[in-house]
Amino acid sequence: MRINAALSNALPLAAACALLAVFPFVGGKFYVDLMVTTMILGIFALSLELLVGRTGLVSFGHAAFFGIAAYATALLSPQADAASIAWLLPAVLAIATLAALAVGALSLRTRGIYFIMVTLAFAQMAYFVFHDMKFAGGSDGRYLYVKPVLAIGRVTLIDLDRPLTFYYVTFAALVLVYALLAAVGRARFGHALAGIKANEQRMRAAGFSTYPYKLAAFGLAGALAGVAGFLYAVKDGFVNPEILAWHQSGTVLLMLILGGIGTLRGAVVGAFLFVVLKELFQSEALFGGLARHWQLPLGLTIIACVALMPNGVTGLPAQLRSLRTAVPHAG
Amino acid sequence: MLDDILLAASNISRRFGGLTAVDRVSLTLVRGEVHAVIGTNGAGKSTLVNVLAGELPPSSGRVHLHGRDVTRWSQPRRARGGIGRTYQRTTIFPRSTVFENCRLTAQANHQHALNLRSAAAHCGESTGLADRAIEQAGLTGQTHRVAGTLSHGQKRQLEIAMCLATAPQVLLLDEPLAGMGAEETERMLGLLAALKPGHAILLVEHDMDAVFRIADRITVMVNGTVIATGDPVDIRRNADVQTAYLGEIDVPPAAAITA
Repeated sequence: MRINAALSNALPLAAACALLAVFPFVGGKFYVDLMVTTMILGIFALSLELLVGRTGLVSFGHAAFFGIAAYATALLSPQADAASIAWLLPAVLAIATLAALAVGALSLRTRGIYFIMVTLAFAQMAYFVFHDMKFAGGSDGRYLYVKPVLAIGRVTLIDLDRPLTFYYVTFAALVLVYALLAAVGRARFGHALAGIKANEQRMRAAGFSTYPYKLAAFGLAGALAGVAGFLYAVKDGFVNPEILAWHQSGTVLLMLILGGIGTLRGAVVGAFLFVVLKELFQSEALFGGLARHWQLPLGLTIIACVALMPNGVTGLPAQLRSLRTAVPHAG
Repeated sequence: MLDDILLAASNISRRFGGLTAVDRVSLTLVRGEVHAVIGTNGAGKSTLVNVLAGELPPSSGRVHLHGRDVTRWSQPRRARGGIGRTYQRTTIFPRSTVFENCRLTAQANHQHALNLRSAAAHCGESTGLADRAIEQAGLTGQTHRVAGTLSHGQKRQLEIAMCLATAPQVLLLDEPLAGMGAEETERMLGLLAALKPGHAILLVEHDMDAVFRIADRITVMVNGTVIATGDPVDIRRNADVQTAYLGEIDVPPAAAITA
C-alpha cells in the first residue's frame, strides 16, 4: 500500500522530468522557448506555494521579489561584458532575500486580509520605485546586453546566451527548487509551517515562536522567487516595471489556485496550465479578433475551474473518487 | 513544600477598556495538586488562564514560574519553560494523525528547525515524547487515526496528550469536561488523577461534581475577583460561596452539562 502510494507519487514526477528533458529535441523553437517561460513561472509559483499552501500566508505582493531580482540581474550586469554567474546569482538572491525579510518583518505582524493588503502595498511601492527612478530606466525598463556566463579561467562552462544551455539550466533550477521544497516539507521546519497554517494558536501554546518561522519561510520564498526573477531577466534580456506590478502577483496566485493549493505539483501544473490557456486564448488562428481580448475567456475559464474544481487540477482525482464513493451506483 | 510551588500569580488584574475582567487575583499552583477555579460565565476564569499562559499580558500584577518572574515572557517562551494549556474549544490539527499531532508539539522543545536533511517523522526525541504522551493520555489504540475523526472526548484527551508531549510541569486546563458524557467524564477524571503526582494542574470547570471530587484546592471567582480559596470542605461550607455561586446552579451536574 505504502509502496503503491510512493509509486503513484513518483511516476508522474519522473514522467514529467523525462518529458522536459527530451522536449528541446522534439518541440519546435517557439514551443521550447515557451516551455522555458513556463518553467520559470513554475519556479515562481513554487516559491509562493511555500507561503500560501504550506504556511497559510496569502501574499499578494510576491511579484516584488521576482521583479527586484530581475532588476538586480539587469542592473548589476556590466554593459559590455558578461557577468559571472558565480557572483551575480548569489548577489541577486541575497538582494531578493533581504527585500523579502524586510517586507516580511513588517507585514507578518498582521494577519488575514490585512496581510494581503500590506504585502500588496509593499509590492506597489517597489513597482513605483522602479517605475519612477531614473537609474532603473523608468517605465521603459532596462536591457541586459550581455548574458551572464560561468567560466573557469578561459573555459566557459555555462553560457546562458545559448538557448539549449539556458533551457537545461532552467530545467535544473526547477528540479532543484522542487527538491528543496520537498525536503523542507518533510523536515521539522516544514511540519512546523504546516502546524502554523493549521492552528497557529496551538503552535504558540506548544512553545513555537511562530514569527521567526514565518519570517524564515517568507525569506526563503523571496529567495526562490529571486531564482525565477534572475532566469526571467536573463531569458528576455529585458526588464520593465510591469513584472512587479500587482497583476503579476495576482497571476502567480491564480496559477496556484488552478493547479491546486497545498501541493508542489499543483504549483507547477498550475503554471503550465496558465501559460497554455493564455496562449490558447491569445491565438488569432483560433479566436480571430477575440484573441485581442484574451483576458475575458481566460477569466471565465478560471472562474469555471475554481467553481468546478475547488482543489485545482491536481485535486481532481481525489475529488472524483469522493464523488464516486458518495454515489455508489453512479459508475 | 515551597519548592513545589511551580506557578504563582500575584495581584493579577486584566482590564479591557472600562471592563475589569480579572481584578487583583492571586493564586499558586503546587506540584501534585489540582487547583480548581470555579465561577459563573464571565467571572474571568478564561482571562486568568490566558494571562497565566502568557497569551494576554496582565494590566498589573506578576506571574512567577519556578520562582522566576515570567510576566514579560511571551506565550511560546513560557510554554518552553514548562506551561502546557488546553482551550475551552479544542485546538488540535484535525487533518493530521494523533501521532503527528503529538510529534509536532513535542518538536517545540527540540527545534533544530533548519535541519533539512532528516525527515521530521524520523526525529527520535520528538517521536519518543509523542509515543509516551499518547500512552499517558490513554490513546494508544488511536495512534494512527486522523485527529478530526476522533470522538469529542478523545479529541479532548488528544489535546492533553499534545500538552504532555511538550513535557510540561504546569497544566492549565480550560473546561476539559465540557460537552462530555458520563463515561468520557470518568475517563478524563481518571487521566487527571494519574497526571496529578508529577504536575501542578489548574482546572477551570463547570462540572461541580467533578470539581469537588478531584480538586485539592478551589478558588471561587465572581466578577473578576476571588471571593474564596480553600479546600473543597471549606468551600462547601463557605456562606459567601453558597449565595454567590453554588446555590445558583443547584441542579444535578449531569443536567448542567450541555452538549
